[in-house]
Amino acid sequence: MSISRREFVRQQATATACAAAGIILPSDASNMITALDDTRLTWSKAPCRFCGTGCSVNVATKAGQVVATHGDIKSPVNRGLNCVKGYFLSKVMYGKDRLTMPLLRMRDGKYDKNGDFTEVSWNTAFTVMAEKFKHTLNEKGPDGIGMFGSGQWTVWEGYAGVKLMKAGFRSNNLEPNARHCMASAVAGFMRTFGIDEPMGCYDDFEHADAFVLWGSNMAEMHPILWTRIADRRLSTPGTQVCVMSTYEHRSFDLADIPVIFNPNTDLAIANYIANYIIQNKKVNWDFVNKHTNFRKGVTDIGYGLRPEDEREKIAKNANNPNDSESIDFDAYAKFVADYTVEKASEISGVSEDALIKMAKLYADPKIKVMSLWTMGVNQHTRGAWMNNLIYNLHLLTGKISTPGNSPFSLTGQPSACGTAREVGTFAHRLPADLLVAKEEHRKTAEKIWNLPAGTINPKVGAHAVLHNRHLKDGKINAYWVMCNNNMQAGANMLEEGLPGYRNPENFIVVSDAYPTVTAQAGDLILPTAMWVEKEGAYGNAERRTQFWHQLVDAPGEAKSDLWQLMEFAKYFTTDEVWPKELLANNTSYKAKSLFDVLFKNGNVDKFGLEQTSKDYSNDEAKDFGFYVQKGLFEEYATFGRGHGHDLADFDRYHQERGLRWPVVDGKETLWRYREGSDPYVKKGSGFEFYGKPDGRAIIFALPYEKPPESPDAEFPLWLCTGRVLEHWHSGSMTQRVPELYRAFPDAVCFINPHDAKAAGLRRGDKVRIESRRGHIISRIETRGRNKPPKGLIFVPWFDSRQLINKVTLDAIDPISKQTDYKKCAVKVSKVV
Amino acid sequence: MRVLSVRSLSQRLKMQLLLAVSCAAFFSSTLWASDVATLRQGTPLAEVNVSPALLGNAGDGNKRKARVFPMQPPIIPHKIDGYQIDINVNKCMGCHARKRVEESLAPMISVTHYMDREGNFLAEVSPRRYFCTQCHVTQVTNKPLVDSTFVDMHDISSQKNSAK
Repeated sequence: MSISRREFVRQQATATACAAAGIILPSDASNMITALDDTRLTWSKAPCRFCGTGCSVNVATKAGQVVATHGDIKSPVNRGLNCVKGYFLSKVMYGKDRLTMPLLRMRDGKYDKNGDFTEVSWNTAFTVMAEKFKHTLNEKGPDGIGMFGSGQWTVWEGYAGVKLMKAGFRSNNLEPNARHCMASAVAGFMRTFGIDEPMGCYDDFEHADAFVLWGSNMAEMHPILWTRIADRRLSTPGTQVCVMSTYEHRSFDLADIPVIFNPNTDLAIANYIANYIIQNKKVNWDFVNKHTNFRKGVTDIGYGLRPEDEREKIAKNANNPNDSESIDFDAYAKFVADYTVEKASEISGVSEDALIKMAKLYADPKIKVMSLWTMGVNQHTRGAWMNNLIYNLHLLTGKISTPGNSPFSLTGQPSACGTAREVGTFAHRLPADLLVAKEEHRKTAEKIWNLPAGTINPKVGAHAVLHNRHLKDGKINAYWVMCNNNMQAGANMLEEGLPGYRNPENFIVVSDAYPTVTAQAGDLILPTAMWVEKEGAYGNAERRTQFWHQLVDAPGEAKSDLWQLMEFAKYFTTDEVWPKELLANNTSYKAKSLFDVLFKNGNVDKFGLEQTSKDYSNDEAKDFGFYVQKGLFEEYATFGRGHGHDLADFDRYHQERGLRWPVVDGKETLWRYREGSDPYVKKGSGFEFYGKPDGRAIIFALPYEKPPESPDAEFPLWLCTGRVLEHWHSGSMTQRVPELYRAFPDAVCFINPHDAKAAGLRRGDKVRIESRRGHIISRIETRGRNKPPKGLIFVPWFDSRQLINKVTLDAIDPISKQTDYKKCAVKVSKVV
Repeated sequence: MRVLSVRSLSQRLKMQLLLAVSCAAFFSSTLWASDVATLRQGTPLAEVNVSPALLGNAGDGNKRKARVFPMQPPIIPHKIDGYQIDINVNKCMGCHARKRVEESLAPMISVTHYMDREGNFLAEVSPRRYFCTQCHVTQVTNKPLVDSTFVDMHDISSQKNSAK
């Protein structure tokens, strides 16, 4: 309630007079509370819940609630800073519509696909759900079920998910939403280096002389890393920043070399720079001769659309997109020789002058270069190629693995690296880069998990986009979506996503803290504990693993993803889900619950409750009777220790502001692959890319190819989608924080003023944005923070009232299977 | 700035209470509607929201807002349309820099903004704090889509005090 200034002054005067007269007012009547009991806050550390930067946050609790958050001054990542989202983390758990009870679609007292959501107990929820999963497993086997997890899962949640799906249900139809954001980065790393994740680290920011953003609006999407670039650029004369994008955005505010290129033509630009390096004799021969090989990838690989699509039918190598052949340097040089500055300029629309300036950053041996990229490169139908092409530039010049010389793939989610990638929650993966298709890898996993040989299914599962297609086609019938909002996030919602979820054959379970768009599309909603309502671990983009304790209790009956995954395992016995032959040969596993087989295997239940913290709650440990997080983590860490993915002991992470793996002899590794910095590199080798059998990284010959859909007469504009600073992903958390909502309340259509004028549109006009797949209605913005060139619009996807993924195309990179959310053809027309 | 009178506030509370009671009576069982996605505000998933809100222009109320907790970056209480914050100019500092506040009467940027990564104070604002809008944002006046149950730490202290 507001009071007038006069009233305020009067109260102040009374309080002062009382104090002078020695009258003590009750503390809430005084204007100051100073008693320690009342003012003391309990501060703990936790990594931020949002992006892949992995800022450490100090979290204040009082009376069982989070009351404040701010940047952790002790964290080397962010040194006391947070972005606006990080500062308002304190509020993300307190939306009024938090889910507190399981909700099942029911009619006349029982489950009905077309029923209304009705509160049920956890036991009822899991009983109905188990029945659906068992039925499907009986009818269709492991291919008939699926799970869609998350790069926001904690490490042990992802790990429990892998165990439940891959060992328990013997299905590899497990994918994380990280498929949408990091798969091309992974494919790039595996193809070039044979091991996932960056070789460098954030310390590179303070050492680099030049920063090249290949498709990343860091000023909004990685604001705290951007502060480190701004710090370097503005405090150290001579530092240069090159920002590349298909439209102008906030990162251009710091750009010395601004580059706007035609969508998809980054491929040509990268090849031109390689050509420039060769033509100008700037190849680092010592490095190239000792540490690299050359290969040529197959071309014309299609776009991962449905096989009946014409564009797939005519693609020559749609079935073997990852193939390549060995070539020599001369063949590579000849290949890139086509990409002259004139040709690159013509294809990309970038001036020759700007292209040459960019090329010089890489070619000049005195300039330490950090290349940075996120979704512009990864959400690209040639995303794996683009990752490879950027590595080419660093390998040709030997600018890698040394401080400031760093090709750095940034991450979008807090544990896309730590959970999705390192734990291996993908359809083809097992922990620590192991693969389900390889027998020796499956054996390793089965041995660590104390499971009989042959438990893990060798068949690679369906990738994320196929999940939706299989749901629509009735091939997957029981499906669990956890810790993501894929109905809003998946491309081509009206043709693939929604029909799949609402297919009467299917039973869709959605675990979330809030009733999201995906929850509404589901049949059973499970209320979920989030962030500091549970003990957790995330791994950020620089290989830093960070832990936190449970700081507050979850509301109502909300339970963590970990509890849900483990508890659900109790509803199955091996006899119900494993093949008879497997059990016949391994009788000791007969008639056991999956919970016992997976989680009471002598590893996961190894650590007792007495080892949990005295100062913090741990609901899962209390419920299951052992320190589940520690048991899962230590079992998981067995996969990587001694194999280049070493993690420290569990307890140490609760003390540290994270550690960058591999952690060998208690020491973290800042730069991998370089002798003296990485303990895995052999003495005398200088550099060793030990992910490859011969220790050599690969320089790839890959061309520019056209995108699957380009603007034409009917749909004359490019559509690019993405995020804004104030909201994270689908906005299910940030739209519920009043300050963040009010900072950027609705999605808008950023459009070039000339395009607007030509269409008879004025700022703020209501428009229909339409593609061949669907439409939404929005309002145009011609003066905002994003300034598209003519012919392109940008629409953010956080706004669940403007589901832009009804418009996008579900074309993917055929190698990485990652969706391209950055380009499809649309038209914009006025709505009157 | 419109100040809500005590009377209208209590009337509004009464209305809300009445609404809550009638809703509770209506949903006496544990039945939820099918359209649970609160943020969609009732538009079915297959349908299109035909009336997106007008462009939310932040007001120029010049009224400072209390912080949710002491270390929250203050909200910007005025328009910043067209403000230049780039490699050449930082318009915000034209008023909020230490040497400018006497003239502008604007609040000085926090002392933390003079500290480098290691916590050393610099003579000028730290370049890591250069881009103000990474932390400081304007606000439109829209009612939040979903209410927040966040409790101010001050209110927890006072609750405890009155309980004593």
